[in-house]
Amino acid sequence: MISWRRRRKEGAKHSSADAAPVESDIGIIDPIPIPPGDPLETALVSLGRPVEISELEFDSPALSTIRQTGVEMIVPLVGQGELLGVLYLGHRLSDQAYSADDRRLLSSLASQVAPAMKVAQLVRAQQTEAKERERIQQELEVAALIQHTLLPKQLPSIPGWHVDAFYRPARAVGGDFYDFIDLGRGRQGVVIGDVTDKGVPAALVMATCRSMLRAAAQREMSPGKVLAEVNESLVDEIPPAMFVTCLYAIIDTAGGEVILANAGHNLPYVRSGDGVVELRATGMPLGLMPGMTYDEKVYQLGDGDVMVLTSDGITEAHNPDNEMYGFARLMGRVARKVKSGDVCGAIVSDLEHWTGEGAEQEDDITLVVITRTASAEVAATAFDDVPTDEVLATFQVPSIEGNEVLAIRQVARVVQSLGLEPTDVERLKTAVGEAVMNAIEHGNDFNPELSVTVEVRLTYGAVRVFITDHGGDKEIPDAEIPDLEAKLAGDQTPRGWGLFLIEKMVDEVRSDRQNGTHTVELVMNQKGGA
Amino acid sequence: MSGEGFVARIEPTEAGPVIVLSGTVNRVAKESLEAAYEEATSIEGEMKLDFTGVDYINSTGIAVIVGLLAKARASGRKIGAFGLTDHYREVFEITRLSDFMTIYDDAGVAK
Repeated sequence: MISWRRRRKEGAKHSSADAAPVESDIGIIDPIPIPPGDPLETALVSLGRPVEISELEFDSPALSTIRQTGVEMIVPLVGQGELLGVLYLGHRLSDQAYSADDRRLLSSLASQVAPAMKVAQLVRAQQTEAKERERIQQELEVAALIQHTLLPKQLPSIPGWHVDAFYRPARAVGGDFYDFIDLGRGRQGVVIGDVTDKGVPAALVMATCRSMLRAAAQREMSPGKVLAEVNESLVDEIPPAMFVTCLYAIIDTAGGEVILANAGHNLPYVRSGDGVVELRATGMPLGLMPGMTYDEKVYQLGDGDVMVLTSDGITEAHNPDNEMYGFARLMGRVARKVKSGDVCGAIVSDLEHWTGEGAEQEDDITLVVITRTASAEVAATAFDDVPTDEVLATFQVPSIEGNEVLAIRQVARVVQSLGLEPTDVERLKTAVGEAVMNAIEHGNDFNPELSVTVEVRLTYGAVRVFITDHGGDKEIPDAEIPDLEAKLAGDQTPRGWGLFLIEKMVDEVRSDRQNGTHTVELVMNQKGGA
Repeated sequence: MSGEGFVARIEPTEAGPVIVLSGTVNRVAKESLEAAYEEATSIEGEMKLDFTGVDYINSTGIAVIVGLLAKARASGRKIGAFGLTDHYREVFEITRLSDFMTIYDDAGVAK
């Protein structure tokens, strides 16, 4: 707000009542903003001195508005080439024009006010920023409070079972949740979920979803139907672009049978004496669209079997090289034998080792581990016999076109007894063929003097094939999705499928370059048996 | 017509020409397959590729098939396929080749 003593000239002409005391003749005008880029702004910065409005002979929206208010003099407050503010002055009370002394006084005033104005503006900006930070912090605290309040206060105590859970929110508080629901008659419901988005909105959706799940679980004993029912209710309640991934399992605590349904959440792993299996049940996340149905998976947990439910905060955590922790590593970690009560700790410890000391947690981390303990030692002993890291074969093929077929046959022979699903064996063969072909052609330039080395390892529930060539000094392009339409139209070469096929065929692909060599690692998890 | 480890021969049927492939479909198969295609274009009806005798298709073979599809598309000719194993059927779906050629379940339906 700018104020000044203003002599209303027109009023003086029409009414003698205007001969009122000067003190009552104070005019106040609302601030007149000068939009960035307005010619007036440029002119005032350029002039940098008090200027009478009659001197300004150009068109400007701001100038037009100022003229209508009776302003006679504009004093720009300029600092470091920036218009920080302006003082508007009306007529002098003496009705005389502004003198040279007046202008010097105003110039001097402006030069002293401008730095002070800048400081004031910076302070105000800092205060606003601090308030915003405080608001965000308060919101995060509210979100954390909601989540903390709704997560189970204690773990269920079930004879013959050991239940453990771990939850650690990220700084920005994601939407992870888990829940245990006593369904009576020896049945225990277990829920793990993740709401997209973060902060208070995610926490509120989580609270709503948890209530819906609890209500539906008491009415309905089919996990698939419970998720379908919650989905129908949530679709109408959830804000646009948000959804919930959720896995719901019902455990028969007497017989060990688990029935589970999954709404787009990470699949659970079960470690038994035979190794680690993934319990695959599919379904769309909750709240996306109505009319969804959810598959159910039935699994018999034996004595000593361990079921591990996780959130994507674990599998999607990155190490300093920006590599994801991934499902294969999680599966490998689950495969390692630890005392039942230490599974959560072992996974979290491995994850922390992966992400590195002091790394900021990217997302909420949630783990629920359920162990059938009736005679846990039996299974644990049996699992001791399963090798966890073993080189199964190492061989070399000369860099001659077509030799990838030799590598494919050799790898197929090595993996045939490892329990991979037949479809996965075929996929692995195709990936090996493509990777060896690339090594022969691009890594070793078809030089028959150079060999491609292939090593097959069995590591913690996954078959890993390492293919090494001598092209360590060459850049390996990222796999791109081929544009088939462009290829069919003749706008692109029909080639360019190799890396794309490799990525599609196996669970994980890594590459590494050192000492002049380039190695591609193909990972295929052992999923059979579930 | 044969490349190294690859043979393509034409079998006319009432429904149209069938190019029977056997062996390995890779870049070496390009010349033989294109020659068979050119010859088969003189026969009316939907042209079909019989993959029953194919034991291996790699990315360079995919490129050969893409080249064939591009030719057929340019001349307005329909191409189908049958005899693919489940794995190569998956590969055809992943690469989206199956969006541009009809994949038949068995030879009886195809012919």
